[in-house]
Amino acid sequence: MTPVVLAARAVPAAWWDLLVEPWGYGFMQRALLVTVVASVVAALLSCWLVLIGWSLMGDAVSHAVLPGVVLAYLLGVPFAAGAFLFGVGAVALIGWVRATSRVKEDAAIGVVFTTVFAVGVVLVSVTPSQVDLSHILFGNVLGVSDADVWQVVVLGAVAAAVLVLRRRDLTLYAFDRVHAQVIGLPVRRIGVLLLGLLAVSVVVALQAVGVILAVAMLITPGATAYLLTDRIWRMLWVAPAIAAGCAVVGVWASYALDVASAGLVVVCQGLAFGAAYVTARVRHRRAARAGRPGKALAARR
Amino acid sequence: MSGPAPALALRGVTVRYGDVVALEEVDLTVGAGEACGLVGVNGSGKSTLFRAAVGLVRPVAGTVEVLGGSVERARRAGLVAYVPQADDLDRDFPVDVADVVLMGRYHLMGRRRRPRPADRAAVAAALERVGLADLADRQVGRLSGGQRQRVLLARALAQEARLLLLDEPFTGVDAASEAAVTAVLRDLVADGCTLVVSTHDLTMLPALCARAALLHRRVLAEGPTAEVLTPDNLARTFGLDPPEAP
Repeated sequence: MTPVVLAARAVPAAWWDLLVEPWGYGFMQRALLVTVVASVVAALLSCWLVLIGWSLMGDAVSHAVLPGVVLAYLLGVPFAAGAFLFGVGAVALIGWVRATSRVKEDAAIGVVFTTVFAVGVVLVSVTPSQVDLSHILFGNVLGVSDADVWQVVVLGAVAAAVLVLRRRDLTLYAFDRVHAQVIGLPVRRIGVLLLGLLAVSVVVALQAVGVILAVAMLITPGATAYLLTDRIWRMLWVAPAIAAGCAVVGVWASYALDVASAGLVVVCQGLAFGAAYVTARVRHRRAARAGRPGKALAARR
Repeated sequence: MSGPAPALALRGVTVRYGDVVALEEVDLTVGAGEACGLVGVNGSGKSTLFRAAVGLVRPVAGTVEVLGGSVERARRAGLVAYVPQADDLDRDFPVDVADVVLMGRYHLMGRRRRPRPADRAAVAAALERVGLADLADRQVGRLSGGQRQRVLLARALAQEARLLLLDEPFTGVDAASEAAVTAVLRDLVADGCTLVVSTHDLTMLPALCARAALLHRRVLAEGPTAEVLTPDNLARTFGLDPPEAP
């Protein structure tokens, strides 16, 4: 039951046309497919990122891919390759700076990603005009080619499949890394896997919403689902469902209102988070009034 | 130490974190099937000793042997369980009690960690033993501190470990949980498991551990619990440090 269908029952025929009309265009179909795939993959990953406390890492990776994207355009290679390389490189650099100096993690992340991002800004300024900075920064989902769509769908499907198949290891990694290590699981490899999937998800997400807003898709759905449920397996359904809903509403509304789709998709996610927040608060109050401290604790979460 | 190989043997182990010496030439042998209390103030190296026993830190000197082999071998076989304090883990984490206990068996399961009937049976049996069978579906944060401690003990039971390292298992634990934990631990020893129980609480010690070691970066005394817990030894263990904030 998408919000589009909900709205359709209550509106006159002219509005019905507006609801259906956009999906007749090829560019709108491509935009919708790319945005939904990117949203779902990023939403799955976001569940673990918010539980581990790696939201800032998502921010870092999504910004650090900028020079990779610019270089890929210049060299004529798939932009995903450049983005992945710089995403992984930034993560490695952050880990190296933190491990070999007294600088703490948040500072290491901040220094590395802003510097790499700045390198990208400089690169854009010295390249010929075929690189449109605003398309990279804010996404250009209405202008994606069939090749871009394929890239997103294949990468997204692989990332989603790995996340779902390895979900139990990822959850243990997020919950109790020491225990994972003690029972002989390859903890370091699980961490590397997660960061690699983060880089892939960023590559997919930036096609839909651009470098700046990709991070929202990597945090907000997971945070929203975490407010609504206290079971990870339910989060893994709720987060992608909300994200997909926001993708549909955002892309459609961007057509109807003639505004930026990337912005609207992320605004929708923010509104969903707000609604979840209010729901959680109300549940908490009710439970507290009913004198069930256990429930109240759950609702606070 | 006659008979089978000791469950845990540290010989001349020194561990440093940067310039800080956490353990200094520690010799400690815990025989198979023994329960050994590890007594010391916070910062005396109890946690570091555990970390060395499971391979989380590498000693700069000395050797650690677990169940007659290397730390790495025991780790890969899942023979050692580390039972943290319940408060060390995120109580808001969105998993239920049975999920946590099942995590004890991931090394025994396939790559996707899909539980088979044997795994579910082991989880149910472990929860039964610690008296939490009826709370299997409860989110872990909605338990008392003592109940959460029992969940972590059940995880070690489901793991089928031969050596259990317990970090302050009675801190912040209610009387009912304390009794349940003690009973399970005694059963484990009767079954031939080895326990090392770190604690700064001496009241529980004699009832549970036949042997004890006093730790203050070095092993100050080690032997039968009654002989080790002399006023003189305790003064050396607890008195050398400036008093701690509670």
